[in-house]
Amino acid sequence: MMRISREEENYIGRGRPSLHGRMKVGFSKEGRITALDMYVICDNGPYDMVGDAFSSGRIVSVLYQPQTMRWRSVTVLTNTPPRSAQSSPGGMQGIAIMEPILAKAARKLGVDQVALRRVNCPEGKAPFGPLVGGKQQYATSAFIKEALDRGAEQFKWNERKVGTGKRNGSKVRGVGVSISCYSGGTTGFDGLFIIKPDGRVYIQSGVGNLGTESWTDVHRVVAELLGVPWEKCDITWGNTSKNLPWTCPSGGSQTTHAMTRAAHAVASDAILKLQQIAAKDMGGKPEDYVVANERVSRKGGGPGMTLAHAAQRAIQLGGAYDGHELPADINKFTVTSATALAGQGLLAVAKDKYPHDGNTFSFVATFAEIEADVETGQYHILDFLAYADVGTVLHPKALGGQILGRSTLGIGHAIGQKWVYDQQYGLAVSRRFHHTKPPTILDIPDKMAWGAVEIPDPETPIGSRGIGEPPVGGGCAAILNALSDALGDEIFRRAPVTSDVILASLEAGRPAQDPLRSNI
Amino acid sequence: MAVIHDVIPAFELFQPTSVDDALALQARHGAKAWVLAGGLDSFDWFKDRIKRPEVVIDLSQVKELRGVRTAGDGIEIGAMTTLTEVVRHPMIREKYGILPNAAEAAASPQIRNQGTIGGNVSQDARCWYYRGGWPCYRAGGNICYADTPTGLNREHAIFDADRCVAVNPSDTAPALIALDAKMVVRTPKGERVVDAENYFIGPGTDITKMTILHPGDLLTAIRIPSTWAGAQFYFEKVRDRAVWDFALVNVAAAMVMSGGAIQRIRLAVNGVAAHPVRLSAVEAAVVGKPRSEETAEMAGQLAIRGAQPLQYNGYKVPLLRNLVKRAIRGTAAQA
Repeated sequence: MMRISREEENYIGRGRPSLHGRMKVGFSKEGRITALDMYVICDNGPYDMVGDAFSSGRIVSVLYQPQTMRWRSVTVLTNTPPRSAQSSPGGMQGIAIMEPILAKAARKLGVDQVALRRVNCPEGKAPFGPLVGGKQQYATSAFIKEALDRGAEQFKWNERKVGTGKRNGSKVRGVGVSISCYSGGTTGFDGLFIIKPDGRVYIQSGVGNLGTESWTDVHRVVAELLGVPWEKCDITWGNTSKNLPWTCPSGGSQTTHAMTRAAHAVASDAILKLQQIAAKDMGGKPEDYVVANERVSRKGGGPGMTLAHAAQRAIQLGGAYDGHELPADINKFTVTSATALAGQGLLAVAKDKYPHDGNTFSFVATFAEIEADVETGQYHILDFLAYADVGTVLHPKALGGQILGRSTLGIGHAIGQKWVYDQQYGLAVSRRFHHTKPPTILDIPDKMAWGAVEIPDPETPIGSRGIGEPPVGGGCAAILNALSDALGDEIFRRAPVTSDVILASLEAGRPAQDPLRSNI
Repeated sequence: MAVIHDVIPAFELFQPTSVDDALALQARHGAKAWVLAGGLDSFDWFKDRIKRPEVVIDLSQVKELRGVRTAGDGIEIGAMTTLTEVVRHPMIREKYGILPNAAEAAASPQIRNQGTIGGNVSQDARCWYYRGGWPCYRAGGNICYADTPTGLNREHAIFDADRCVAVNPSDTAPALIALDAKMVVRTPKGERVVDAENYFIGPGTDITKMTILHPGDLLTAIRIPSTWAGAQFYFEKVRDRAVWDFALVNVAAAMVMSGGAIQRIRLAVNGVAAHPVRLSAVEAAVVGKPRSEETAEMAGQLAIRGAQPLQYNGYKVPLLRNLVKRAIRGTAAQA
């Protein structure tokens, strides 16, 4: 057995690369961003290059829709502990740099914070980034305006923003809003299941379980399209030796989008095969039949058969019906799995080939209220709301857990999570959790709520997009903006914002942080 | 087959059942022996393979070191009493409320269930260079890595630095000083009772130690006299996280009022020096004065006299000032 120390774990586990940035932003008097000059330096650590700097420009471009934008970055190899991608890589840092500037601009312009984000946020097939191969890139859809509107209403933004920043003894209150986004899905994976003669649906799931339950949730699409109760679906998962289909990795917030598409494709394959079997046995054309209530039946009434009976017939018919003939376009891993499963019933297998026009992003509008104590520099989060634009909601409870869970990761970056290494020796001195300070259960907001606009994405058949990473930037920036609302714009120059930063800046009457010195 | 020596270094474990046996073991093994209480400090060292004692004397089976009992006009707390037991003890809560407040501010519930009050006051410095095995002054080397132009010293001392700038991390220590507690120490020569404020030492006295304990000595109990029972108490700890964090600065005050004025007071802070600091000058200055904003302001300013911040811990100066103000006021500033 190999055992590693916590110090060694810091090296193996790696950390989020920090971005140092300089942003110059021009606004119209209404708060619209007319020009944005973004320059970021990425502290890469010693090994292979991370993509955070590039990603920060991409996300800032899509999220704030600047009319003109120049983006430059330098990724620097440093003699420091290794880095790698952490949830919303680059996006979180770009948003955390950009949002306090927006908050400051809104105050200077006398424009409401929500209104300023509303005039800048993407809408519909929003363009972003530079031309790629001469073509403008754009989002599949964006409904974050609706998220801002509904979130502001639920949070009672207009009531809460009154009187913030005024000291009540040593206490001062502030509210903040942030928008955030990250990539929300990929395409092109496979689905695979069998309807067996016992009438049950045996779904093969290659989805990894990160605790989000997407390994089952995405397959509810199959049950719904086939009209089979969820209780009659059995899921096999967790090991590639169990004959699983080619599936997206559990990263990049892609699973919901990618695998509901694959589930839709494979359910559609099953329906077609059921219709064909019914037509063979009972006459007419396949399209004369519908699949519902565990049966395939002639439209408008008439003869039909149970799925159990259809599964028996599929074995008798063989060929494509029981998996002895497979489509040419499925992944070779799926071929191996389907071949191993052939002959047990009606075998459905298909690749997601649905059209997909644009790049898939999910969006979140995040609101926070904090109370700070100017005598100690400590603050706590009174209330928090994240309102998501993730298309169709697949599983409300799981979605809520994801939105608030990833928001908490962002909150951690705002309130304390950090990595400290000696500037001279390049060694991490923060080797324990009480050094790196991930948030504890007592650090999360007193109240947390979430919502979803539930407008389906038009570029995917189920309408669902992923939610993993998009809340992270908003969780961080909403807290930063609430802090500057409470304490002013001259307190912090980087995150996290800890009591020492607040106290030292209040004492000095200017930001006490050296903007280019971090990890202290 | 290769044997991989990457676990806690092996040691000979003794589990005595009496103080006498524990002292005998300490005498037999001398400086080779490591005394283990709750293990929250010790196992940190062992797991990092920085401390490699040959002999560990585990006190967990010594029943006479546990529990709270009356002693004279006050109480005596066995050194192996857990912080949770201190927090929950009815008599301590009733008469010496500042101590459970301080004990409850320490670490996390799980750690308080295991950590002892003796361990909390006797724990080693938490400077990340020192704890990381860097060969600093405190570790027997000839440099303080935290006190250099690039040293990371946000958590470090603003008072009494002497080569080493580490701070004492204990939350209960200032509360015990405020209560005028006495530390009961068994030594090879017999029992010695020391005022809490004299139990702790700075690097100028011995840079390798945090307390007066020598090899062979054992803290057996903490006695709290009734002098400050039922006094007006104030404890506050400022830390980065709401739980499971050491103090950036903490403050503890016990105060008796008479006719609207402060009749007597004991005031101590921690996180600002290698030892908890009793603010005697502040105590003397506020006696006879009301608990007013004016008194608090004067006390806060007096408390920070002589502070010498390092590059990243300048915030501790206003933090100490404000915490002392709050202790005198008895509250945060009101509108």
